Amino acid sequence: MTHLLIFPILIPMVWAIISLFFRMNDRYVGISAIAGAVVHLVSTGLLLTAVVKQGVTVLWMGGWTFPAGICLVADLLSAVLVVTTAVIHTAVMIYACKDLHTRHVRAGFHSFMQMLTAAVCGAFLTGDLFNLYVWFEVMLMASFGILVMGHPAGRLTSAVKYVTLNLVSTLMLLTGIGLIYGLTGTLNLADLHEKVLAVENTAALTSTAMLLMTAFGIKAALFPLFFWLPAAYPTLPAGVAAFFGGLLTKVGVYALIRLFTLVFVSQPQITHTTLMAAALLTMVSGVVTAAAQTDIRRILSFHIISQVGYMILGLAVFTPLALAAALIYMVHNIIAKATLFLVGGLIHRAAGSFHLSHIGSLYKTHGLLAVLFFIPAFALAGVPPLSGFWAKLLIIYACLESRLYVPAALAAAVGLLTLFSMVKIWMEAFWKPHPRNTLSPDEAPPRNRSLSPWMLTPVICLCLVTVLMGLFIEPLLALSVAAGEQLMDPAAYVLAVKGGK
Amino acid sequence: MEPLLAISVGVMIAGALYLMLSGMLVRFVFGFVLMGNAVNLLIFTAGRLSDTAPPLIAPGRTLPAEPVANALPQALVLTAIVIGFAMTLFLLVLLYRTYDRTRTLDADQPVFVNEQAGTDDPAGPDPDGPDPKDPA
Repeated sequence: MTHLLIFPILIPMVWAIISLFFRMNDRYVGISAIAGAVVHLVSTGLLLTAVVKQGVTVLWMGGWTFPAGICLVADLLSAVLVVTTAVIHTAVMIYACKDLHTRHVRAGFHSFMQMLTAAVCGAFLTGDLFNLYVWFEVMLMASFGILVMGHPAGRLTSAVKYVTLNLVSTLMLLTGIGLIYGLTGTLNLADLHEKVLAVENTAALTSTAMLLMTAFGIKAALFPLFFWLPAAYPTLPAGVAAFFGGLLTKVGVYALIRLFTLVFVSQPQITHTTLMAAALLTMVSGVVTAAAQTDIRRILSFHIISQVGYMILGLAVFTPLALAAALIYMVHNIIAKATLFLVGGLIHRAAGSFHLSHIGSLYKTHGLLAVLFFIPAFALAGVPPLSGFWAKLLIIYACLESRLYVPAALAAAVGLLTLFSMVKIWMEAFWKPHPRNTLSPDEAPPRNRSLSPWMLTPVICLCLVTVLMGLFIEPLLALSVAAGEQLMDPAAYVLAVKGGK
Repeated sequence: MEPLLAISVGVMIAGALYLMLSGMLVRFVFGFVLMGNAVNLLIFTAGRLSDTAPPLIAPGRTLPAEPVANALPQALVLTAIVIGFAMTLFLLVLLYRTYDRTRTLDADQPVFVNEQAGTDDPAGPDPDGPDPKDPA
């Protein structure tokens, strides 16, 4: 059963190679990519059921066991996130099938996307710090490739910002890895859990922790390290923006959660207090900046930043419930955010622009689109009974339980401001009369394009997931609480890696 | 030996930061390469320097006869060098294409500073619209 661990990485890699050979055949490569994504989704589903049944699952690569070997580890946190990745990957592949231009397909879009998915899954599943670095590099390379595809001038300058800041962050990550290897003599995460307790030089250990926190903070777009994100994401095609905006920052969040529950827990008054401050500032600065934007994609990009703050807040509170809340928040946010970016793309298709001042009256012309926007937008803001409500409720409840009243109040206030931004898009794009049509509002707007069912279907499915997650939260809640307890007490994780052989 | 290497790592990082912050993107590349080398040196130093034999095992034996140097940091550095090499190449090509399009590599120029660059410009062509040169 442990071999299930390799498939979420292997399947997209194999498909990436196949897609590379058949990329000129742009009709079939899209369909084969959808098939690959579905196979990947099934494999991740099997992995999740195996992890739920058997607890932490470990696979030693090449048969080399502890301490010499390199392992893949799946606990509940990893498994849930891998399934979410596969869901978004499938949705984006179906959407991209009609959204993409032939020249993007021929430039190897599908190969890049599949390598990106493999790298994201690899980062979620690896049990070794250096391999985490390698997966991050694979992820970066694939995302660079997608970012510069088609190379319009605006996207190149934003790619320069994205590439340079991310390269600096990888160098910091590598420095941190070198230092922690010097301090402990190991890079296996489970082994580090025990070895860091024996390190006498706590100052060096905490500095290393902070260095790694900064490196992953750049990846996760924490305050004040998020400037690459609003520069790069709004220039991407909708399907790609959905994948990037939904998933890539969350890999940074995952790495922070993994490191600061499993490895760096000896000095929480320094590390977790810093995380708390960063989380609160991220939440507030992201949402306030979003309120000043008028381009749909830029509003959504700043909200990614603000939402990352909530997840890190869950980590900083550092109780089993708070970590469970962080996991629910990640799952909810990955799905809702990806849906919103896809809907943003649909709005662009329907109305011809992303600028709120150039569009309007979509409610009249595209009623279905209004519903599809409404669901993820209000889930993001935390309106009951959608998934975001439970995520926010749990975070605030966990804060109150730990007597952190200011963070709880801020979390509620930021939720309100999120609602403000979403209502702004709603009013401007859907309710306001079309700016070109103000004289005769009864007339249909000039750019009334129909939307392909290939693009609508994945968005409808993701919206359904958001609604169902809100209505039937118990299974996910039970899973997340179990994951939170697993994270707070890593004994099972360590035992599975060290004793499992 | 360690203090000497530690100081050189510090000097290299300082120089790299100076280059990276200068605002010229070509200098950023030089800074990136320098910093990459500094970090590799740091990993190498952190993995303990020792005056021992190279980690090779003689034919017919399963264990080395004498204490050997730690091979893992060397493997890590090798991986980091390869990845860093690929990243540098990508960065150079990206900067070349950017220069091709914008005619500048000064990060203080409006084309880099303007946050709205590349987002939906209603006056300009759709960045993802069909390429006029595209036969399809």
